[in-house]
Amino acid sequence: MIEVNKKIGKIKFGILSPKMIKKMAVAKIVTPDTHDTDGYPIKGGLMDPRMGVIDPGLRCRTCKSKMGDCPGHFGYIELARPVIHVGYAKYIHNILQATCSECSRVLLPQQKIDEYKKRLDNVLGGEIEFESIVKDVFKEAKKASTCPHCGAKQHKIKFEKPTTYIEGTQRLMPTDIRDRLEKIPDDDAYIFGLKPETARPEWMVLTVLPVPPVTTRPSITLETGERSEDDLTHKLVDIIRLNQRLKENIEAGAPHLIIEDQWELVQYHVTTYLDNSTTGIPVARHRSGRPLKTLKQRLKGKEGRFRNSLAGKRVDFSARTVISPDPNISIDEVGIPLEIAKEMTIPERATSINLEKLKKLVLRGDEYPGANYIIRPDGKRKKITEDNAKELAEELTVGYKVERHLVDGDIVLFNRQPSLHRMSIMAHRARVMPGRTFRLNLAVCTPYNADFDGDEMNLHVPQTEEARTEARILMQVQTQIRSPRFAGPIIGAIHDHITGLYFLTNSKFTRKEAEDILAMAGYTEEFPFNKDEIDGKELFSVFVPDNINIKFKSRDGNDVIIKDGKLVKGVIDDRAVGAMGGILLEEVLRRGGTNAARDFLNGITKLSVAYLDSKGFTTGLDDEDLPESVRKEIGEVLLKSEKKVKELVKKYKEGNLKPSKGKSVKDTLEELIMLELNKSRNAAGEIAEKYLKKDNFALTMAKTGARGSLLNITQMSACIGQQAVRGKRILRGYRGRTLPHFKKGDLGAKSRGFVKDSYKEGMDPIEFFFHAMGGRESLTDTAMRTPKSGYLQRRLINALQDILVDYSETVRDGRDVIIQYKYGEDGIDPSKSDRGTIDLERIVSDVQEGAKR
Amino acid sequence: MEEENDIKIDISKHEFVPKHELLSDKESEKLLKELGVTRLQLPKILKKDRAIHHLKAKRGDIIKITRNSKTAGKAIYYRVVI
Repeated sequence: MIEVNKKIGKIKFGILSPKMIKKMAVAKIVTPDTHDTDGYPIKGGLMDPRMGVIDPGLRCRTCKSKMGDCPGHFGYIELARPVIHVGYAKYIHNILQATCSECSRVLLPQQKIDEYKKRLDNVLGGEIEFESIVKDVFKEAKKASTCPHCGAKQHKIKFEKPTTYIEGTQRLMPTDIRDRLEKIPDDDAYIFGLKPETARPEWMVLTVLPVPPVTTRPSITLETGERSEDDLTHKLVDIIRLNQRLKENIEAGAPHLIIEDQWELVQYHVTTYLDNSTTGIPVARHRSGRPLKTLKQRLKGKEGRFRNSLAGKRVDFSARTVISPDPNISIDEVGIPLEIAKEMTIPERATSINLEKLKKLVLRGDEYPGANYIIRPDGKRKKITEDNAKELAEELTVGYKVERHLVDGDIVLFNRQPSLHRMSIMAHRARVMPGRTFRLNLAVCTPYNADFDGDEMNLHVPQTEEARTEARILMQVQTQIRSPRFAGPIIGAIHDHITGLYFLTNSKFTRKEAEDILAMAGYTEEFPFNKDEIDGKELFSVFVPDNINIKFKSRDGNDVIIKDGKLVKGVIDDRAVGAMGGILLEEVLRRGGTNAARDFLNGITKLSVAYLDSKGFTTGLDDEDLPESVRKEIGEVLLKSEKKVKELVKKYKEGNLKPSKGKSVKDTLEELIMLELNKSRNAAGEIAEKYLKKDNFALTMAKTGARGSLLNITQMSACIGQQAVRGKRILRGYRGRTLPHFKKGDLGAKSRGFVKDSYKEGMDPIEFFFHAMGGRESLTDTAMRTPKSGYLQRRLINALQDILVDYSETVRDGRDVIIQYKYGEDGIDPSKSDRGTIDLERIVSDVQEGAKR
Repeated sequence: MEEENDIKIDISKHEFVPKHELLSDKESEKLLKELGVTRLQLPKILKKDRAIHHLKAKRGDIIKITRNSKTAGKAIYYRVVI
């Protein structure tokens, strides 16, 4: 491990001065070649050995350290003529426009300059105010036509991207620009927002160019023995070569035109060296035609240094594989394949207490549960092999560390991308098991938004005692049951758990059946009933803590009453125990704490599965079966509706339709038709529902909130309903009609995309076509929405990431600027609240009740 | 600029504009001390903001805003004039 021995006190941003560039350089680079014919780096070349080591085994010529330890050292190139730094080109233009072409003073009267200076000195609004003042300076100074200091007349200076400036008709060469910038007094530069000690304006025009150390641009040796240089090195070679030629030409007294041409070329190469995506100039390319990756490209974007190498790194002690469900493990456990457990290790310190245990692990070595490495007190790691296991086990004493295999009960972090909220990474207890997938309890599918159609998840193993403790206390699954988003449980029973409990709390059992179900649910105490017929409600109550007293309404609108932990009235559905807001589950969490809520969830989900295992539960095509009489009834309702639509259309065509407020007659007609057809579909659904009522599985699922809705059932069994594109009935296609099967101007239900068949009966070709139109729209909509909302999320996270609640309970950003004087204005953490509030009366009555016991 | 002064409507009277008050120097210093911050760390409000036009606030003054809050009923907020 690398020990931290230096701390960054502050960071100062500025522009490198030529003096500084030379001072930090260890070598002056003059030759465009990198290596001589023997393959050795040339002194004064771009691979000058003084700039650092990249070959293993050699020592750095400058700092005498080995490869990896030597950070590399800068060199420099002396440019024959100055060139503009593209990054500052815009800023230089601003300065040129705001300063006198003769005396280089700011084109503002002295009194104004002082005024601005004073304003900049006591900025209250942070960088936003500072920048707006500087902007004002440029804006005001630009207007002057004569210099208020020397009276010289000013000309317009035009800026031609990326690096050319024209004053009147005369081109300004970088030398002229540098001269002007040099002459700007320190006090004047100050109101341009520049601190002269760290950023003199003339430093924006380069006279010397820093050469980054070889470690930043390592060359690679191909298998053929050929050397391949980094893109940056290629670019630097170009710069040196042309700079050299320019220098020779100047010394030889070549004509102006030729010198200017070559100068321009150096400018081009320096520009592309800094940024190869500058608009207005051709992209510098590799011999193969691939654009060169120069300095800006190295930093920018998703694959750039910031997002790829600094903000996101690859980590050790992590694993990824497919997930699959396991209803038999606890919600706070995760099943880990043996192969992964043998690879993921935890460093355990040897103490007098665990020494014998660790010795055994070392002896076992590769054989699970064993260990992979021992770490001596001096930090040396030793791999445990079959040959040295005995030796190492004997060597092991207090002070050593052993990297042992992951075992049951170890704390690990489990994550599914995209990590959109804090419940996307939770701490679980390991359960090592055979197989090749991660196993997780179904109740945690909701927070991870996981299913098992091939989803993969990641696992991380915290390596220090501190990290494990933190994960256990702050991140363990049961601590995350209540979501900070809506202050209710986000972890809870799903799908079959809910239907199971619904049936269970609605049935009666013989003693034998009840015993079997409880046993399957993992109940290990003595059988709690002494009678022959046991109500399902009693079975459910076995898992409810005794201190629960609650009354609420279930989905069907009936009361559910729980008294002293006994379900006395009502049935259990998703309102009671479902993920996303189970009321009973929340009460158990509130009264009994996180572990009680976990045990409750584990108990009832297993109970539910045990019940379904014994009774069976399925849904199929026959759940949508309707007898001929009911189908006829539905057909009549729809037919009546179609007639009504025809009447409406007739009324419209005769001009007798009264428009509703704010709508045209045509829109009114559409509105009324939509209303009528929707009504008829609902009526059809109700007729179907009326028939389906008894022990229909699909209907049970919809009614208990387990899966699906009444609309789904209606569409499957009775009538699919109106198809829409862009929120309107279908009206595209041919002139005046949607399909050639209709008359022009037909505004009836069928011709505008009303599907009166059900999914089970099947659609006719016309209906099918309209259905496909609507289906395509919703498909493309989701396909376009997903990346858009993803990017929005990313921007939000970036903007909010360093905002936190301070110890003073104020909300602050990274600069300690206050954003809210109290978090959420009420200072309540929703994930620790009672539906977003703190109900003192309830707490007091709970305490009083507890005291009575 | 002149047109701005011509605006006859005082928006601070509008029901959607929360109450803005000027803090006295003494109150300001007390607030800053309580929060342990400098003026630079407070949220800002432009001097020309119409909501504080009638207060005749100076740069560096602190404005106390009392808002209706969904979560807390009433919420107090402070902004420094720039």
